[in-house]
Amino acid sequence: MAVASVVILLALAAAVLLGPLAWRVPINEIDFTARLSPPSWEHPFGTDDLGQDLLARMLYGGRISLAVGFAAMAVALFAGTVIGAIAGISRGSVDAVLMWITDLFLSLPQLPLLLVIIYLFRDSLKALAGPEAGVYVLIVAVIGGFRWMPVARLVRAQFLSLREKEFVEAARALGASTTRVVVHHILPNALGPVIVAGTVEVAAAIIAESTLSFLGLGFPPDIPTWGRLLYDAKDYLDIAPHWALFPGAAIFLAVLTINFIGDGLRDTLDPRKVM
Amino acid sequence: MGKYILRRLIIALPSLLGISLVLFVLLALAPGDPFGELATNTNIPPEVRAALRVKFGIDDPIFVRYLRWLVAMLHGDWGFSFSSRIDVDKLILQRVPTTLFVVGSSQILALAVALPVGVYAAMRPYSIFDQIANTFAFVGFSLPTFFTGLLLILIFSVNLGWLPFVYRVDIPATGWHWYWENFKQAIMPVVVLGLFQAASYTRYVRSAVLDVIRMDYVTTARSKGLNEGKVVLKHVVRNALIPVVTLVALQMPAVFGGAIVTEQIFRIPGIGSLLITAILANDTPVIMAVTFVFACLVVVFNLMADIIYGWLDPRISYR
Repeated sequence: MAVASVVILLALAAAVLLGPLAWRVPINEIDFTARLSPPSWEHPFGTDDLGQDLLARMLYGGRISLAVGFAAMAVALFAGTVIGAIAGISRGSVDAVLMWITDLFLSLPQLPLLLVIIYLFRDSLKALAGPEAGVYVLIVAVIGGFRWMPVARLVRAQFLSLREKEFVEAARALGASTTRVVVHHILPNALGPVIVAGTVEVAAAIIAESTLSFLGLGFPPDIPTWGRLLYDAKDYLDIAPHWALFPGAAIFLAVLTINFIGDGLRDTLDPRKVM
Repeated sequence: MGKYILRRLIIALPSLLGISLVLFVLLALAPGDPFGELATNTNIPPEVRAALRVKFGIDDPIFVRYLRWLVAMLHGDWGFSFSSRIDVDKLILQRVPTTLFVVGSSQILALAVALPVGVYAAMRPYSIFDQIANTFAFVGFSLPTFFTGLLLILIFSVNLGWLPFVYRVDIPATGWHWYWENFKQAIMPVVVLGLFQAASYTRYVRSAVLDVIRMDYVTTARSKGLNEGKVVLKHVVRNALIPVVTLVALQMPAVFGGAIVTEQIFRIPGIGSLLITAILANDTPVIMAVTFVFACLVVVFNLMADIIYGWLDPRISYR
């Protein structure tokens, strides 16, 4: 399952990265004669209400969707690892406060807050970094900023058990500073579960971005991410179902394969497999 | 038990305060002036604008503003919706029951599917049933709710024409007919949200039961000659439910997030769709209030999980 998923996901990524080189139809070529046409040889995935080619739009939008997923995962892993490591190595009040913040974030209603943050900060970031880069940075930051908590807990739990191990004691006895012990001895050993959590984070981030775009509050219409395509397609379900089905299937395929890969990794890395 | 519930309530208060603080800081940090529109309006003289700023205390220190906002929220003074011309608390009170109905029924559906499937799969690990259930669970939580919602509309409303795809509060019918129409329009949103949750719950239940079923006391119960049903229900499931309750409580923010999406797809007039319309209409008082209500609902559901926890494992409530 996991190996097949890796192959499918790589094929999807390759299609999205290299596809626009092979399929050279512009994403914004408007052709009213081919409005809402179903899949054909000329337009393999059909066209939308302006006659724009959906295959080209999906290949372009897929880059953004996947890029958001991986970038948000990186943000979440980085923040979670730093916070979890600090909480795990320091005892007492620092640990307590950090874990209280983590629990607080876990009980925040994430989607409403994501929507509110994007509503409040979108315009100023657009002015700062341009419409595309601004929205991209904002979405990656907020999705990552609301997904670090499970990682922080994982890292902290790993730290709590690893810091009592003999090899850490040995390093400390040799005169290693706390920073060195953390970075060179504990962190590399704590990363296994974090990698598994990271794969699942990518799937969650892709769903989060698609949800925002689907609600009309993600990327602007000229950046056709998969969620945005679904948002535009939902009012034409009765006459052009293909328009919604292709991007929806793409999101599903990406998320499903990533989840299977995460599951496979967990089985491989976790020796406590149930027989 | 009473003392335990009281203690949980007291612990829940700081997290509500924390959430309100996060919300308020967000609002305060956000660029843009709530009176910015007045500044460009030439009909309003500068003195009036200054007087309004003093009245609403825009220039006070942020701590004072937070306290005043908090006191106003506690008094039920949630402001006035710019676009609906109605008090925010009235607007939200109209909408909350619909959301609670959809979320509540979908949670019941999710547990009704996940508990039997998860328990049965864990009793026969790696059997064909387990593998099929596992695959379905993966497919289930990889299918985003907005896509399944559209798929169901496409199949049952557009192609088959069986179910309505616009949710109506004012159904022109009475008696049984009213209930039937309500049931029909609730099927698709509840199924979309419920099955999505059921997928992840099934996996939680399966792994929790697997952890418990190998315990010695289960072997003891079996060797005492208890029949299998009694062993599973009274010995295994009750103990396996304890971690499941925690995980279900942790899922609550995601559940309400899913409610926003389903309300948007099926045009259910709940607080989720209210939030989206308010955001699209720049209706700040409504946005802040709805977000706060969502936070309160999450905390309330967590509290309920804590109480169920204490009932499932009495040791917890004495600690």
